[in-house]
Amino acid sequence: MATPHLMIHIVPDKCDFCGCCVGVCPEDAIELKESEIAIIEERCTNCKKCVWACPWDVIEFHRDGINTLPKKLFAIDENQFSKSLSK
Amino acid sequence: MKSEYDIIVVGAGPAGSTAARYAAQKGASVLLLEKDRDVGYPVRCGEAVSHEGVAQFIEPDPKWIAGTITKMKFISPSNTSVTMPIDSNIGYVLERRIFDYELAKIAATNGAEVVTKAYVYDLIKNENGEAVGVKALIKDEKVEIKCKVVIAADGVESRVGKWAGIDTTCHIRDMESCAQVTVSGLNFEEDTLDLYFGKKVSPGGYLWVFPKGKTSANIGVGVTVEEAKKKSAILYLNEFLEKNYPNASILTRIAGGVPCAKPNKVLVKNRVMLVGDAGHQVNPISGGGIISGMIGGMLAAEVAADSIKNQNLKQLSEYETKFHSRLGWRHEVFASIKNAIWGISDETFDSLTLSTLELPMEKRTLAAIFRKALWNKPSMVLEVAKVFLK
Repeated sequence: MATPHLMIHIVPDKCDFCGCCVGVCPEDAIELKESEIAIIEERCTNCKKCVWACPWDVIEFHRDGINTLPKKLFAIDENQFSKSLSK
Repeated sequence: MKSEYDIIVVGAGPAGSTAARYAAQKGASVLLLEKDRDVGYPVRCGEAVSHEGVAQFIEPDPKWIAGTITKMKFISPSNTSVTMPIDSNIGYVLERRIFDYELAKIAATNGAEVVTKAYVYDLIKNENGEAVGVKALIKDEKVEIKCKVVIAADGVESRVGKWAGIDTTCHIRDMESCAQVTVSGLNFEEDTLDLYFGKKVSPGGYLWVFPKGKTSANIGVGVTVEEAKKKSAILYLNEFLEKNYPNASILTRIAGGVPCAKPNKVLVKNRVMLVGDAGHQVNPISGGGIISGMIGGMLAAEVAADSIKNQNLKQLSEYETKFHSRLGWRHEVFASIKNAIWGISDETFDSLTLSTLELPMEKRTLAAIFRKALWNKPSMVLEVAKVFLK
């Protein structure tokens, strides 16, 4: 189950878009385009596997949630995600 | 671009391009989609392959070979090094940028249509949940393209398989989190691959120095994600560079994940076939996946093209059996050996290296080292036996 507060933050400017985090994500909660990356908040369970997997150390974990931090998501089609969730 | 194809291949790495090539050769109409703007870039790879592996698909060409390798050097935790010839063959360090480009060109020459900057974000499914096409953003425009079979060659970050209902998630114990730099301006032994082992250098993986000619090399490290919890790959790499190559000019920095797991049990579901990293078709010990991915791509493509020709898509599952008997069973054995090897302590590793040094150069083979390892850690026999007893 996705938890109410997203605690994972990918620092987009430092990301190499290598996909390591996507490969270990058990929830299919990370979207990776050519040079855009986003966490699908509705699916993320804050399990931290992506945080550990990142070779560059650019995925941060914030226990208090990331609402206090500047959030920059690039989801290509927000409806797409909610649609596939409701399937 | 048409609105319908027999086969859509997602991802134009070596596995995807090889799949596209063989499917087109067999007469299928093929669309090959690559999410990045360029085929072959960015390179996320140590770039080493064996001659016989690559030569079964393409005549080795100096334009994509950066160096020819005849030896491997293992460097143990206490810095003892042992050099040995590469088993019965030579190897290459590639220029993947050009190599991948060449493979896509061959696919195109054989009749596949290649489109870059094409990001697949979902599957089109029929009422039975089978894939009958893909939804993609092509040059930032949404398009839907129909097909009979989807070949997912979308790499370690594979999501296409997940959408078809296949669990492609790699366990954190098996995922190698890797960081690599390409350095220049130094001197390297151009015919030798250096592999460093040890808990301090690269826990659960190894560190590699793969020369690209005399003055350049790929230097990278892979650590299991389980270990990377404590310290990430980039920190291990930086420490190594500071200690061993403090004056290196760094030309590129890349990161990446390598799924060093057993190959995915399920490689076909709902008309989606997994090839390459997406199907975990990687040698779990070496982390090498170029050739095994290409073999996967070829086998998948041939089965897919035949199934379409025979109008019997149930036949697609033959790919699983074919891959297993060609390569999969070996990877399963390797995965068990890997788990046993990584259990070896640094001290045992050191004594192994020393005992290998006692062997004359021509007798130094991986098999000989493995026998020594078995001697030191008999439980490895059990690990390997388990695979055969299953």
